[in-house]
Amino acid sequence: MSQPRMPIESGVPDATPYMHPLFIKNYGKWKWHDRPRPGVLHHVAESGDEIWTVRAGTQRQMDVYTVRKLCDIADQYAEGFVRFTIRSNIEFMVSSEDKVQPLIDALNKEGFPVGGTGNSVSMISHTQGWLHCDIPGTDASGVVKALMDELYDEYVNEDMPNRVRITTSCCEINCGGQGDIAINVQHTKPPKINHDLVANVCERPSVVARCPVAAIRPALVNGKPSLEVDEKKCVCCGACFPPCPPMQINDPEHSKIAIWVGGKHSSTRSKPTFHKLVAAGLPNNPPRWPEVAEVVKKILKVYKEDAKDWERMNEWIDRIGWARFFELTGLPFTKYHIDNWRGSRSSLNASAQIRF
Amino acid sequence: MAKKSHETPMLDQLESGPWPSFVTGLKRLANDEGKPYASMMKDLLGQLETSYKTRKGYWKGGTVGVIGYGGGVIPRFTELKDENDNPLFPDAAEFHTLRIMPAPGMHYTTDVLRKMCDVWEKYGSGLIAFHGQSGDIMFQGCTTDNVQPAFDELNEMGFDLGGAGPAVRTAMSCVGHARCEHSCYDEQRAHRALVNRFLDDMHRPALPYKFKFKFSGCANDCMNSIQRADMAVIGTWRDDMQVDQNEVKAFVAKKGRKYVIDNIITRCPTQALSLNDDDTLAVDNKNCVRCMHCINVMTKALSPGKDRGVTILVGGKRTLKIGDLMGTVVVPFMKLETDEDFEQLEELAQNIIDFFAENALEHERTGEMIERIGLANFLEGVGLEIDPNMVNHPRTNPYVRMDGWDEEAAKWNERKAAG
Repeated sequence: MSQPRMPIESGVPDATPYMHPLFIKNYGKWKWHDRPRPGVLHHVAESGDEIWTVRAGTQRQMDVYTVRKLCDIADQYAEGFVRFTIRSNIEFMVSSEDKVQPLIDALNKEGFPVGGTGNSVSMISHTQGWLHCDIPGTDASGVVKALMDELYDEYVNEDMPNRVRITTSCCEINCGGQGDIAINVQHTKPPKINHDLVANVCERPSVVARCPVAAIRPALVNGKPSLEVDEKKCVCCGACFPPCPPMQINDPEHSKIAIWVGGKHSSTRSKPTFHKLVAAGLPNNPPRWPEVAEVVKKILKVYKEDAKDWERMNEWIDRIGWARFFELTGLPFTKYHIDNWRGSRSSLNASAQIRF
Repeated sequence: MAKKSHETPMLDQLESGPWPSFVTGLKRLANDEGKPYASMMKDLLGQLETSYKTRKGYWKGGTVGVIGYGGGVIPRFTELKDENDNPLFPDAAEFHTLRIMPAPGMHYTTDVLRKMCDVWEKYGSGLIAFHGQSGDIMFQGCTTDNVQPAFDELNEMGFDLGGAGPAVRTAMSCVGHARCEHSCYDEQRAHRALVNRFLDDMHRPALPYKFKFKFSGCANDCMNSIQRADMAVIGTWRDDMQVDQNEVKAFVAKKGRKYVIDNIITRCPTQALSLNDDDTLAVDNKNCVRCMHCINVMTKALSPGKDRGVTILVGGKRTLKIGDLMGTVVVPFMKLETDEDFEQLEELAQNIIDFFAENALEHERTGEMIERIGLANFLEGVGLEIDPNMVNHPRTNPYVRMDGWDEEAAKWNERKAAG
């Protein structure tokens, strides 16, 4: 019998064979940049070389025909080199300005929006959802497609006070990450346990250890070793579901969508911040999640009207205060907005500072 | 005869609208009669439509991999079965993902993308995600039998599997040196140096839990590293910011003083900027925190200084289990230019991963471990000196035993005296 092929453990490949020649030539030697129009970046190197980048939105989950179409455009209208951004935008690089408009036209003709730069709403970062995840409360590609249809104009224009980063996550683990607006599944009922399966499927001690509020304990149910949940303690986070699939957390009715705002990754101006809860209880309503889109658009509208230039969502709210945020957006403020997790008293107003 | 397509009235509604539709792409593959993936994608659409109707997911994990590695493939088996345990959508009953690491900065030639498409057309579903949240190219939709040959071809092209499970994971780095004037170190080199040193910990998962690196060239942190990486490497500088006063004047002349004052001067988080009467800029470099805002606005007039390096933070992660955590500064500044500098960075990462492997509980991330044991113990464990840049403010609570004070103060004075 022939020997099996062992992997070539080559790791992360060298980028040089895949980079535009001007990137290689001017590596680490760029001088300044500007944005001639939304979706286009213009970088100038110390050598005087110039490069124009055209950024376009994609569906992230691409069939080979879409990838080849993008390659055709890159070969015909650009220079055969592309790169992707962290938010699944594709970027085409060209070495002369006169190639920019024909490239934009070609992309638009094939249905790819050009934008996502500067103070726009860029592509929503998303996770796997029903298409591929083993624990999803909702879909990801579908939520993003539906929302980007609604936010298309904000992607192709730069009309926001500062950049807006939206994320989605299909459970409370929050793989989508922090965002100016985060759209995340929020389960509202404890897991439903199939006691016939727990003993065979789940490593019970690690499931007990996984619970953030120590609400799970081993138990004998109908004579079988299983697990039980103290439903008064349970925060319905779903952390037990991945290691123990018989503890089903997803529920068509009770797995809801919550919206969080003010997350910021950069250390620019203010330090990085986590997003904060503003709305919950929204139905998980495929295929277009209209209730979610309505809240997101409402928040964006108020931010766009009220924030000053360069204020990110969190910086705007820091200036106007949370009371005004809820007043301007018309969203209800509830007891659930008041944090009671560890360390949460530092999130309370310990001052006489009130806006009237 | 070609397999019949399932009705997908809900997914069909995601074909309209201006944004590119993933459903249209899935259908293109499903209707690509004669291609090996067509029937798989018909059934994939059937299962996905079922999820849209019932609002439930139907994938479970399992064990699928390639010879020689213990991770990097995400197995997916359908859970949608009839009463006899037969899959309702048999041709998509196995729909595994191969995580493949792209080059740092996610650069591609059209040639390599086309070759990837050819491989995936031959062995997989024809569906590729650029990229997953982990930074991998996700080749989505592969039968168990085809995982090995698909990997073999991608591997022969020069690409390797990324991480999954309790392992060093695929890293991400910004475009950085390749195109960005803000870039303060060679992100690509750091990215490859660190990940490729830990390939054994990536491909043979044996850590307490996942460990992620991310590399951003400046404080704009385009890779979201502080919130998403166990070890975040962020570019910075320690000399004075570079100011081209003629370009400052030109900017003021073009945009007006009010714009400059409202959007640059008063937006500086430490009030380190002032507009002089002659429309030049005064910078209090001692109090500049390298936040990048003014440089972002005046890209032509302002640049990072010349004495560049990196700040390193440890412990960022998402919500599970104790809530989202940000990274904490553990190295305020280190140079990253010479071979020795990079070797030092690798050694630091090695110390951190070794300490993590030995001290973290099962399923505990670095940030949770640091929260449990305290930053001071972590620093001692990995051999780093404490520094006031690691805290927002000193302790506010007196409930701590401090009878080692004199020794600790002497250590600090000794370090200061040594310069």
